[in-house]
Amino acid sequence: MLEIENAVKVFERGTPNEHTALAGVNLKVEEGEFITVLGSNGAGKSTLFNAICGNFLLDKGHIRLGGKDLTFMPEHKRARMIGRLFQDPMRGTAPNLSIEENLALSYSKSTKGMFRMAVNKKDRLMFREKLAGFEMGLEDRMDTKVGLLSGGQRQVVSLLMSTIVTPKLLLLDEHTAALDPATAQKVMQITNDIVYSRHITTLMITHNMASALVTGTRTIMMDAGNIIFDFGQEERQHMTVQDLLSMYSDKKKEEFDNDRILLGQ
Amino acid sequence: MTLLIGSLQLGLLYGVMVMGIYISFRVMNIPDLTTEGSFTFGLAASAMICAAGHPVLAVIISSLAGAAAGAFTGLLQTKLDIHPVLAGILTMSGLYSINLFVMKGASNVTLLNSRTLFTMLMSAFPSLSKDAVKLIIAIIAAGLVLLALTFFFKTSLGLAIRATGDNADMVSASSINVNAMKITALAIANACIGLCGGLITQYQSFADINSGVGMLVVGLASVIIGEAFIRSRRIFFCFLSAIVGSLVYRYIIALAMKSPFFPAYMLKLISAVIVTIALAVPAAKKMSAARRLKAANRGGSDNA
Repeated sequence: MLEIENAVKVFERGTPNEHTALAGVNLKVEEGEFITVLGSNGAGKSTLFNAICGNFLLDKGHIRLGGKDLTFMPEHKRARMIGRLFQDPMRGTAPNLSIEENLALSYSKSTKGMFRMAVNKKDRLMFREKLAGFEMGLEDRMDTKVGLLSGGQRQVVSLLMSTIVTPKLLLLDEHTAALDPATAQKVMQITNDIVYSRHITTLMITHNMASALVTGTRTIMMDAGNIIFDFGQEERQHMTVQDLLSMYSDKKKEEFDNDRILLGQ
Repeated sequence: MTLLIGSLQLGLLYGVMVMGIYISFRVMNIPDLTTEGSFTFGLAASAMICAAGHPVLAVIISSLAGAAAGAFTGLLQTKLDIHPVLAGILTMSGLYSINLFVMKGASNVTLLNSRTLFTMLMSAFPSLSKDAVKLIIAIIAAGLVLLALTFFFKTSLGLAIRATGDNADMVSASSINVNAMKITALAIANACIGLCGGLITQYQSFADINSGVGMLVVGLASVIIGEAFIRSRRIFFCFLSAIVGSLVYRYIIALAMKSPFFPAYMLKLISAVIVTIALAVPAAKKMSAARRLKAANRGGSDNA
């Protein structure tokens, strides 16, 4: 489904601030897989998502989605196939438009002509029904400006927006990190429901190792612009957070030792 | 009485421009200086075509001229990444020469001997008075633009434009071409402004190269005044508030001009002061709230 081949991105090349964000990432994602992505800050997780979405072009390498080459496709064209959620609930919605208008924005673009009315009766009913399924009372506040909703409610609206037309790929960038634990759990449950019921191929960045190992079907860990671990369902099953941490520090120590040898000589 | 009716006619006609400025200023969040150029562009084009004997065509061309000016500013902003305000200034400045070119190098053109929309309607309905004809045309123009814009901003394209002005980050992450939306919005905004210029020149039967000076401030003042009168943010009422603002602005100006304190040349200063006061309201509220809190806290500690 998604194929990333030797993706390289260096920011500020040739300056003292040169920084390798992606150091030749290779990743193959099968249709319907739900991958959790771990890694410390600066490991390149969000950069990988940005590369897939087309916020910048890769220095080297290729990205393919469902057989199409995305490498040089402009951002808004890729967005037709990719749904994306950010950590900041403010980023996914237009605050001065109502819930209904926000939903219509992501729905009508793909289904109607430019000069048709953005919302009709049928759409309104469909939106209501979908919102009612989340049991958050949002279906009775369709005319409310999204800017007046809480972070969790906004994130649910964004989630519905990015999946209202089933995307080929769903990218979740720590989308529950800014929420309180109870709301985060609720949003996560809604996410699971949507992803599983429609078999959406999904990548989810998280810092919660315990939930990363039980959510989805596969876990990868990134470090310094590379994927350092890749665990399938079976490997993950018996793994604890402790195992993961010790594997990570072993790996880091290895690198550190190498550095010391180099510097010592 | 003439003052009352004259302001009503002008308020409605300039309402067309204010609706355009509402789009750039409120929907897209850009104070678009193209206005001053596109208004005169529409005015000049309309005057020349009218003088050549085609008043209806003149109005159509003047809105297309405005749209072209807006699209050009949009291109500067998006494709060449020039700061929105500077992009508007560049277009406005360039248009000054183009407008003189359109007017064949003359700084003003008179239409006193030409057919205009107004004289056409007067000869078609001889029973109507001159003022009634002017009012009818003003009402039709403002009403049609109001309805057209209301419909447009409810379509998918219109909704995408509103979202672009609201949260461009989010829109670029969805499947909408942000640049195309900005260009379209500016083209539509300036089409209204050009159309207004085209109507005004026929209304007053002359065109002057400097007619556009200060138009943006007039428009901003009207937008802000209108919002004070109509608070609903439904699309129809947003644009209606632009017309109401334009009307109220004309009456304020008429009153100010009539009073012995303000000679005619004070017009622009009054507009600038109105806009400054309106834009300063949020900051003033904040300051007074901070002062009140401080005072309350000090009082509390004294008691303790």
